[in-house]
Amino acid sequence: MAAVMSAPARVPQSGRLLLSGNEAVARAVWESGCKVAAAYPGTPSTEILEALSIYPDIYAEWAVNEKVSMEVALGASMMGARAFCAMKHVGLNVAADPLMTLTLTGVVGGMVIAVADDVGMASSQNEQDSRFYARFAHLPVFEPADSQEAYDMVHAAYALSEKHQVPVILRLTARICHVKSVARVGERVAHEPAGFVKNAERWVMVPAHAKRRIPMMFERDAVLREESERSPLNVLEPGSDRRVGFVTSGPAYMHVREAFPDAPVLKLGMSHPLPLDKVKALAGMADTLVVVEEVEPIVENELRTAGFKVHGKDILPKIGELAPEVLTPAIDRLLNNEPPPPAVPAPAVFPRPPTLCASCPHMGIYYTLSQLKNIIVAGDIGCYTLGAGHPWNALDTTICMGAAVTVAHGMDKGRGEVDKNKKILAVMGDSTFMHMGMQGLLDATYNNSNITFLLLDNGTVGMTGGQNTPANGRDIRGNPAPRIDFRKLVEALGVKPERVREVDPYEMPNLFKVIREETKIEEVSVIIAYRPCVLIDEFKAMRAYYVDEDKCTGCSNCLDVGCPAIHVTRREMAVKPSGREVELTFVNIDPIACTGCGMCVKPCAPDAILQPDAPRIVAKLTPI
Amino acid sequence: MTDSAITNILVCGIGGQGVMTATEILAEAAIAEGHDAKKTEVAGMAQRGGVVTSHLRFGPKVLSPQIAPGTVHVLLGFEAAESLRWSHYLKPGGLALVNDARMVPPVVELGLFSYPDDPIGQMRAAGINTVSFDAATIARDLGDLRLGNTVMLGAIADHLPFAADVLLHCVEARFARKGEAIVDLNRRAFAAGRAAAAQEAVTA
Repeated sequence: MAAVMSAPARVPQSGRLLLSGNEAVARAVWESGCKVAAAYPGTPSTEILEALSIYPDIYAEWAVNEKVSMEVALGASMMGARAFCAMKHVGLNVAADPLMTLTLTGVVGGMVIAVADDVGMASSQNEQDSRFYARFAHLPVFEPADSQEAYDMVHAAYALSEKHQVPVILRLTARICHVKSVARVGERVAHEPAGFVKNAERWVMVPAHAKRRIPMMFERDAVLREESERSPLNVLEPGSDRRVGFVTSGPAYMHVREAFPDAPVLKLGMSHPLPLDKVKALAGMADTLVVVEEVEPIVENELRTAGFKVHGKDILPKIGELAPEVLTPAIDRLLNNEPPPPAVPAPAVFPRPPTLCASCPHMGIYYTLSQLKNIIVAGDIGCYTLGAGHPWNALDTTICMGAAVTVAHGMDKGRGEVDKNKKILAVMGDSTFMHMGMQGLLDATYNNSNITFLLLDNGTVGMTGGQNTPANGRDIRGNPAPRIDFRKLVEALGVKPERVREVDPYEMPNLFKVIREETKIEEVSVIIAYRPCVLIDEFKAMRAYYVDEDKCTGCSNCLDVGCPAIHVTRREMAVKPSGREVELTFVNIDPIACTGCGMCVKPCAPDAILQPDAPRIVAKLTPI
Repeated sequence: MTDSAITNILVCGIGGQGVMTATEILAEAAIAEGHDAKKTEVAGMAQRGGVVTSHLRFGPKVLSPQIAPGTVHVLLGFEAAESLRWSHYLKPGGLALVNDARMVPPVVELGLFSYPDDPIGQMRAAGINTVSFDAATIARDLGDLRLGNTVMLGAIADHLPFAADVLLHCVEARFARKGEAIVDLNRRAFAAGRAAAAQEAVTA
């Protein structure tokens, strides 16, 4: 019998807790006796590993990418340990390679793969539906509808995983990950690994072995379908209003229940393989079936293939989140009812897009790039994607993690006469570089590319909230870890030592000069710009600046830096000596928001931006 | 479940203002009162000075975590224009409690968009029962701008379907490990927020 271990002080005790879906998953992973958990940060999944890292008796790591995290989890599972990895939806693209083969080997210790789809795209480059991967890889899918279910389903997933030696995909969405609701939790039960058993036919996936495993995968499909029919996670809820019966899963279930309390519902907790007999039973309870799922019509299409007549995305939106107020009018129209009157329209208010923080080192980079002509800038995924916005407009592409350097390289090779004088740059953060950028840089050096690569090292994963990485030399729990030396790394990837330049992004004039020099040289250059992210301990706030009103000429050059601490005090029209009318914009600096980076000082022509007890700037006018 | 059994509270503001934390404390209070509760927001990029809303629903049993437009009982706005942005979420007769701070984003400073002249006046003109106050000044007068969050919670304390002390206890619990001095400061900020909302409600 497994020993029950008590939770230490920092770990929430068992009982009813207000937990986000991510925290509930972490809690259940820990309770399940999981030994190894790995993830790369990515919204909306990030907090799962963050929450896990406060629990004892479990190895947790920030992996450098999702493929790595999945392979780490698989290795642990081969030893018989319970294992876990988490990622956002696009992370599963990166991990698709191991996924498609570990479905053949199967697992030993239970393995749960949590995939968080950013439905509604709060912070992602696409809205792909991860449930397709489960079909692709022949894996079971669990879809919780709130924190309690997320917690319960992790426990059920470990049991199913070990019973059938199959990894289970726990499909979350942003509206599960980031919703806090009450969950009843328990205690950890240790799970001692059974030990590695050598078995080349199972673990060495050469063609001869893989050919023997593929039929086993198909047999497992049939077994899992039976599991799904029996699963208590697939609940048939009868209802008194038989006009419409709903097949639904995940957060959409809650919206259906809210909007149609009397309708019969088949709630899919284990949504792949589908429990077709239960769908048949639902069809007997209702006149019409409607599939309500986020986001692609996956269940809908499978039910049609199985011969059911269903509605779904023919009446519901194909993108974004569903909600009761989205479902109600669609069903009203289906039933030829008068839809409810439209809600009061939203007042027109200016947009407030996310922006870079005061003192963010990326501002220096984008200010400088915005001042350069005849350049093409390939960008990447991170806070620095915001460089595409105002006032910089200094980023021309964003595709996926690591694509900046490779897209830039392809641009160089694909350029025609019309672009022969363009300078091609790539911009990528430190964490993205380690995630998926290193291979691309090697490809560029190996193939004699003519690009200038700006490596923005801010010592953290900024966009997801400042997680540790090999760039700051701390592990997930804040313990010391080897710190990567980017100069050595890029030199090892084939960049000539003299083509590696290290700059301070706050020193924009020097940055400008270095970019000009390196873009003139027709080979791969790397400019490493280091300054810590303002979210991490390495950042030290400095004295705030202020604007000397007597000196400010209203030129508004400082606004081009893009700092959120600079505010306009008044605008006025003036006539220049040339007779041309110009608008002058006078500014001040919010002393609370300003953290004293001084980047706005550089473009200020009249030297009107000062620090409280700094000497008035006369020195540079005095001959030495 | 009938709608009337569920209380919908929408908290809005800007990334970094503490909207999510304030809503979490409200959720804790609802749970302490024996309610089921769900709290949700869009996070991620929003923490970079973008728009943040946090939805709190509580009652005997909460299903969907999202509040539908036109169904909010109390809108707790941390910023003036943000309160206007979400004011259509209020149900007829709903109450807006608004910190009148104006936080102007770079896109407005650059002259690309304009900030409304009087967002709170616009809400009142639309017939919304709006109570406004200056949470930042109240917090600064108490000695620390960071108390603004607790001022906001004080402001909503008398507009919940349970006693203000339930919320106060959750605020105290949140700061307990920082020592009695901090707890006391927050107690005063909470009281000041209550008083400000009550004062304004009389004069509005």
